[in-house]
Amino acid sequence: MGKVFTFHGGIHPPENKHRSTQLPIATAPLPKLLHIPLQQHIGAASKACVKVGDKVLKGQRIGDAQGDFSVPVHASSSGIVTAIGNHAVPHPSGMPATCISIETDGQEQWIAHSGLADFTALSTAELIDYIRDRGICGMGGAGFPTAVKLHLGDHHIINTLIINAAECEPYISADDLLMRERAEHIIAGIDVLQHLIKASHIIIGIEDNKPQAIRALETAIVGCRYNIDVVSVPTKYPSGGEKQLIQLLTNVEVPHGGIPADVGIVCQNVGTVYAIHRAIAYGESLISRIVTVTGDGVSKPQNFETLIGTPFCTLLEAAGHLQNNTSRLIVGGPMMGYTIDDLEIPVSKTTNCIIAASPREMPAPDPALACIRCGQCEQVCPVQLLPQQLHWYAKSQEYDKAQQHNLFDCIECGACSFVCPSNIPLVQYYRHAKTAIKEEAQDKRKSDIARERFEAKQMREQRAIEEKATKRKARAEQAAKAQAEKQKVAQQPPLDPVGQQQLLKQQVSAEKLNVEQLQQQFAVLQAQSNTEASAIQLGDLQLKKAQLNLQRTEQALLSYQPADCAPDIDIKKLKVAAAMASTKLKKAQQALKNAQEKSQPGIELLTTTILALEKTASSANAAYSDASNHCLATSSTNLASTEPATGAAKKLKIAVAIARTKLKRAQAQLSKATAEGTKNLADLAQSVTDLSAKLSTAEADFKVISEPIQTQPASDSHPSRDQPDLKTLKTMAAIARTKLKKAHSRLEKLSAEEQQDHQLLAEITRLEEKVLLTQASYLQAKDASASQPDAAQNKAAKQASLEEHLQKTLTLFDRAQQALKKAEANKSPAVQKMRISIEKISVKLAAAEHALQQHNSSQDQE
Amino acid sequence: MPHIRISSPHVQRPTKTADIMRLVIIATLPGLFGMTFFFGWGTLINVVLASVMAISLEAICIKLRRRPVLFYVRDNSALLTAILLALALPPFAPWWVTATAVFVAIVIAKQIYGGLGQNPFNPAMVGYALVLISFPVEMTRWTAPFDLNGNTWEVLGFADTLTVIFGSWQEIIQAHPYIDSFTSATPLDTLKHRNGLTVEEVWQSSEVMANVGAWYAVSLCYFVGGIFLIYRKIYTWHAPLTLLITLALISAIFFAIDPDNYADPLIHLTTGATMLGAFFIVTDPVSSATSNRGKVVFAAGIAILVYIVRTWGNYPDALAFAVMLMNLCAPFIDQYTQPRSYGYKKPNSGQPSKENHS
Ligand code: SF4
Ligand code: SF4
Repeated sequence: MGKVFTFHGGIHPPENKHRSTQLPIATAPLPKLLHIPLQQHIGAASKACVKVGDKVLKGQRIGDAQGDFSVPVHASSSGIVTAIGNHAVPHPSGMPATCISIETDGQEQWIAHSGLADFTALSTAELIDYIRDRGICGMGGAGFPTAVKLHLGDHHIINTLIINAAECEPYISADDLLMRERAEHIIAGIDVLQHLIKASHIIIGIEDNKPQAIRALETAIVGCRYNIDVVSVPTKYPSGGEKQLIQLLTNVEVPHGGIPADVGIVCQNVGTVYAIHRAIAYGESLISRIVTVTGDGVSKPQNFETLIGTPFCTLLEAAGHLQNNTSRLIVGGPMMGYTIDDLEIPVSKTTNCIIAASPREMPAPDPALACIRCGQCEQVCPVQLLPQQLHWYAKSQEYDKAQQHNLFDCIECGACSFVCPSNIPLVQYYRHAKTAIKEEAQDKRKSDIARERFEAKQMREQRAIEEKATKRKARAEQAAKAQAEKQKVAQQPPLDPVGQQQLLKQQVSAEKLNVEQLQQQFAVLQAQSNTEASAIQLGDLQLKKAQLNLQRTEQALLSYQPADCAPDIDIKKLKVAAAMASTKLKKAQQALKNAQEKSQPGIELLTTTILALEKTASSANAAYSDASNHCLATSSTNLASTEPATGAAKKLKIAVAIARTKLKRAQAQLSKATAEGTKNLADLAQSVTDLSAKLSTAEADFKVISEPIQTQPASDSHPSRDQPDLKTLKTMAAIARTKLKKAHSRLEKLSAEEQQDHQLLAEITRLEEKVLLTQASYLQAKDASASQPDAAQNKAAKQASLEEHLQKTLTLFDRAQQALKKAEANKSPAVQKMRISIEKISVKLAAAEHALQQHNSSQDQE
Repeated sequence: MPHIRISSPHVQRPTKTADIMRLVIIATLPGLFGMTFFFGWGTLINVVLASVMAISLEAICIKLRRRPVLFYVRDNSALLTAILLALALPPFAPWWVTATAVFVAIVIAKQIYGGLGQNPFNPAMVGYALVLISFPVEMTRWTAPFDLNGNTWEVLGFADTLTVIFGSWQEIIQAHPYIDSFTSATPLDTLKHRNGLTVEEVWQSSEVMANVGAWYAVSLCYFVGGIFLIYRKIYTWHAPLTLLITLALISAIFFAIDPDNYADPLIHLTTGATMLGAFFIVTDPVSSATSNRGKVVFAAGIAILVYIVRTWGNYPDALAFAVMLMNLCAPFIDQYTQPRSYGYKKPNSGQPSKENHS
């Protein structure tokens, strides 16, 4: 005999067991109809594998296990399946559940079955599966699938196997009778379990109120090869509770939230052990069990070997049901059993007792009084809870406190209710609270999911609204800005800095795009050689306007910046602005170069544009320096933001440096362009110089020639020499004229610069003078030749007209000179006019030349 | 016969609240007998008076609260309160003192809070404390247990006692010139107001102290009653024994340090309301701490307070105040004295925290 410990609390309700132990186990009569519930165990209900109308044999499987946490069900007798559907089942809720109804044929015809010759030949897993397939689940209480309990994890080392034979509930004697009559079967069943578990110690825990059973077991274990003990424990409810029995026999507590295997213990009900033996030895599935039928409501209280599915009425009748003396029908014991009101409810694998109680035996409870906190409940609670506190919290629905008082550790043994002097149905409160908490948790889970979804949706909507608002704001902002610009109001609308800057940024980029487009258009216009000057001018004007817009925007950005001092963003913008300005400058310079090369008009305009761009660039630069100064100031004053400010200042510095470099580059390009222009000028000057040199040579020659001619009239001995000289002179004049023409055209090309204009004018004046001089020389030469023989007299007349013509041309030249001067004063249209007048003069000069040539040729013919 | 559907368990111990109350009342009988035997009819008359009043007031209150009168009055709780109160009051307290105390106990301390089980304070102690504060002179009408003229043992006659309680105190004094000897201080009073004498000297000189044996006897009566209740598992030993042990320990320590100024433990344990309190007041379940550990803390607290007030306070006995003070602490004590439940390594305590949920 092993040592017995104790557990806290416990009660001694009237046992009333002796009533049903007077008679041996009887076999319950075979009912006409068996209703076999598909769920008789904890876990998933099994699934019917027969159809209505099928003939089934005793022991035939009719319901398949669903998953691991389930067991199959078998036909308890042979017959025909008449229905598969809802039927009243033994369950505290009183709710119907699926049952297979079998109309028995009375044959009790077994399906072919045989036990295992040697179960030790099977592997552990196979043996456990075999037990499962026989439909075995815990028969003491809830119907926990035995296979699951036997299927231990690797971390579970079992040293103690406890066979629960305590049967502590009053009235019930099913296990008692089983042990009395079939002790050796139980020991055989333990054999199988021991083979599976290999525990070092086996304890059969049995309450000391069953001396006959104890004796039977002790006899049966004689000669047993295992370390097995029958330990009688003092009768005290609820010693049959698994955890309580473990504590009684080993003084070990199963940790909260753990299973007995965690402390090296496996506990099996004695009825289950018997069923395992029947399955192994005979191949019989779990189709019957022993049920105690007792209470004042039956005349012959007795234990019955009952087929699963037998309606209660059959059993009660067999025990001599006294209908008129039964006020309460209880399934299970009086402490934890539940009442039923339908006699058609069938026996299930876990039905161990039916009590037909008379009103005298179990009177209706008195109305509950208030808890007087007498502490009786606390003294008896086997789990050592504070039932009065639990009751208080359950009643006031303070579920968190109830849980803190370990509500969920309550085994609903009913000991507290039993002793409560105020008749408080404590267990009922706990069951309700547990359900409520579970529902609450479920609801919370559900609502959590719903809330998450809702929040996500809200966020989406919020984002959409914000986007819309931003867009709307941007639009409104633009409109407001336009208005403000119109009215030249420097005030900024009160907007958040980021939005404001974003708006400005957007505007700047839009305008930048506009400018770029215009520039492209302008470039195209320039590329077309035959474009009207006015079109180019128009394009230029548009470009200028766009640039002005850009400038304004940039200014807005600038004026905005100091108010909010968001240097980083501003610097970026300024950088962009500066870059843009330099790009524009570059493009304008390109355009200027193109214009210069193609001698197209609008150079002045372009120049102006460049100047404006330079201004823009410089203003951008100024903005940079402003911004950097501002930031520096901010950083110096705002110590808290020293670091970011310093960073900003650095950035500004870099930006300014970049801007400067760009500007320098632009300036270099400008100067390059200017240099190119200067080079042209130098070329021109060179050519002019050459020209003037040639002219002076011609002059000199002319002088040399004219002197002998002047001496000829006196001698008249060299007329033949005079003629060729005149021809040469003429040729030279023509050459000079051509050169002059060329110089004019060159001059036209380079007429962009005002200084150049001056120079050109001066050159032109000089050339005119030289031309005049040449003409004069020529006239002098003619006069000299006129004084020669008579034939020369006609020539003289003609030469007079020519002279006249030349005079006219010279006058025109004078006019052209005047026009040029005027152009100088009026600037822009001057070049054009000059060009026109010079062309005219050239034409007239050409005409005069032609006339002179004709005259000369006629002279030659003579 | 229709089958009733009802939640388990289906059997109950027949002991009901009324039975428990009745058992406690029975357990007070030795004490009542002792008081009557040594102190005269006063206590018995008070008990009857208080009981009648208490049941009447209880019935009226229940009626006003629209509850079934008979059902609730039958729980014997009012009767028990009345008896305990009457036992605590001086035997010759005028009827109106008793009436006031009962009214306060039943109506204010109990029914206004919602009746049995809802009262945060021990009703008897609330009533007692109120009259102690309100009528200090009347609350000292203790008689010397023995007649001091010679060694005869004589208590005031029943009729005279009735006159004392319901009629005029002066009348009785005039009728019986020796009456002064009937009113005397309790041993605790005597020891407290020693007029410069040492405890030892008081013991030797005081007539009251000479008769301290009567107090011992009455205390023994209460003790017997209490042990009976523990035996019947009406309450556990925790609260009464803790109170007695704590009080004995403290008084022993002080007595050991300075026996001239501090009373010995026996006096503390046997005089005043110590025994009555330990077995009938502190064990009142409604207003005390609930777990066994809690009861220990609760009773120890009362013992300490009792000793402090007795020794250094203004009132000769302090049980009522000590009990009421600890009543206030009971919910707090409950929070921190949960037992360790099965399968737990340590007990939960304090307020529920979110992690505790499983
Ligand atoms: S037994 Fe009943 S009356 Fe007593 S404390 Fe527990 S719940 Fe309250
Ligand atoms: S029903 Fe729960 S609270 Fe009551 S005694 Fe049993 S385990 Fe404790």
